Amino acid sequence: MELRIAVNKRFSAFALDVDVTITQDRIGIFGPSGSGKSTLVSLISGLEHPDGGTIHLNGEALFDKHKSIPPDKRRIGVIFQHPHLFPHLSVTANLLYGYHRCAAEHRRIDFDSLIDILQLGHLLERGVNNLSGGEKQRVAIGRAVLSNPQLLLMDEPLSALDDNLKYQIIMYLKTTCARFNIPFIFISHSLIEMRLMTDTAAIISQGRISEICSTEALARQRMAYSPVGYINILGLNGMTERSGLCAYNWNGGELLLSLGNRDTPNGLFELSSKDIILFKNHPEAISARNLLKCTVAGLFESGTKLGVELDCGHGRLVSEIVPDAARELGVEAGRTVYAAFKASAFRRLAGTEPGQETGQ
Amino acid sequence: MTLNAAEYSAILLSLKVSTVATLLTLPVGFATAYIQTYRQFRGKVALDVIVNLPLTLPPVVIGYLLLLILGRNGFIGQHILQPLGITLIFTWKAAVIATAVVGFPLMVRSIRIGMESIDQRLLQASRTLGAGWFDSMVTVILPLSVRGVLAGSALMFARGLGEFGATIIVAGNIPGVTQTIPLAIYDYAASPDGDSLAMTLCLVSVAISVVVLLFHEYLGRRMLRME
Repeated sequence: MELRIAVNKRFSAFALDVDVTITQDRIGIFGPSGSGKSTLVSLISGLEHPDGGTIHLNGEALFDKHKSIPPDKRRIGVIFQHPHLFPHLSVTANLLYGYHRCAAEHRRIDFDSLIDILQLGHLLERGVNNLSGGEKQRVAIGRAVLSNPQLLLMDEPLSALDDNLKYQIIMYLKTTCARFNIPFIFISHSLIEMRLMTDTAAIISQGRISEICSTEALARQRMAYSPVGYINILGLNGMTERSGLCAYNWNGGELLLSLGNRDTPNGLFELSSKDIILFKNHPEAISARNLLKCTVAGLFESGTKLGVELDCGHGRLVSEIVPDAARELGVEAGRTVYAAFKASAFRRLAGTEPGQETGQ
Repeated sequence: MTLNAAEYSAILLSLKVSTVATLLTLPVGFATAYIQTYRQFRGKVALDVIVNLPLTLPPVVIGYLLLLILGRNGFIGQHILQPLGITLIFTWKAAVIATAVVGFPLMVRSIRIGMESIDQRLLQASRTLGAGWFDSMVTVILPLSVRGVLAGSALMFARGLGEFGATIIVAGNIPGVTQTIPLAIYDYAASPDGDSLAMTLCLVSVAISVVVLLFHEYLGRRMLRME
């Protein structure tokens, strides 16, 4: 995909001025609320007109000074913050609304496999008014995907959902876009959502895109400034209960989590860089239930903190320390350290199906 | 209570005039409400004023203006109707036109209320799913404003049954031809032994209006519950 946007739009208290070329098939637009993310979505989809400039998608002009292709002819799907399902239509009719309006030569999404992926089979005959929030958003995803868009815009599609559902829906979004190879732009103000969805993000603030960088680099850069530090995202599976804890398989290694996770045999968990303590030598005894022997893979600075990237054999973790601690531990690339973290330090993001893509 | 032939024909004519006027106004009213709700353009206020004008003008004035336009010497009457051999004035069709004009703002208002209650973002959704504006109007706006359309039709129909001032000017008061219920009552009330006849028609008038307004009220409640 190649999306070239050079547009400006002025509002009474805000001006959007964006000049960017996006070549990635999966990219995020990351910025705080009020930074112009949603306006950008409206301009790309054609729901609003810029004051001036040009928008080109894959070489075709969507907007320039001579023409503006209406939204219905752009083949750009939008998943909004709220599902906005048509209340007078059934689930099936909602799903097929865009499909029926898509020219036959562009139809490549198979209805049945999409229904399978989004697990909508049992809902097809229902009306949309008595679906749950997560079900509605799944239908909205299906409806947008079935319109066979050449680009899918996701405008904060998770912000109206509670945490538990949020990460489930991320899995559906990721799996669907990967399975049908649909380029997407994912808009969010949440860094963790962004990291789960894309590897690259354009940073927008006050109506301007300041840089395009990797979401991983962004998370590291922000470690010291975020109240939760750097979030390690771990895909864990094969849970077994053992002596009052849940033992999970982590890429062949084992991690122990508190018993509260017993209803999640496989899942996605977060672990803050603040919760990982480093030891120079193997401690004699320790209350934290996870102690891993690691090699320091690298160091990075973020504000007054140092991020330590640890190669734990099965995967990588990032721990944060202050420079004094770094001196005492003598951390440097290649050095062996011991990382300890409590079983209760993990937070579950979402349960996953075995084999489902976890983003890690 | 029995009805004589003249009363019968007045009731049937009233129902016919009101029904035809309502049906004719429906598409125009829907289009006007659509433009008022969804289109931004210069002179929108002027359109709003013109649409609502019949609500505040005395019906007699409307009738007189229609007579000026549609009559033998009027612009439409002289240049369009006469060459086509159409006479409107003093026929039941003139009563239809008078009723349509007077009831038009009521119809448009109801449909507009229905349309304004539709979430704009549903239209954004339909547009990004490949539906053009006309397609969106037919598949999203029409079904979601159907209660407003029905309520507006009911209201206009009820108003049409009572149309007097404009009708008597453009259609006259010809028994069996243009004499609707209100015109007949007017006739009876003016004649010395017409009291009971007038009363009968009054009761019929009340009965029809109550039924229509109950229907309208029912729709209004359903609309509230929908929101």
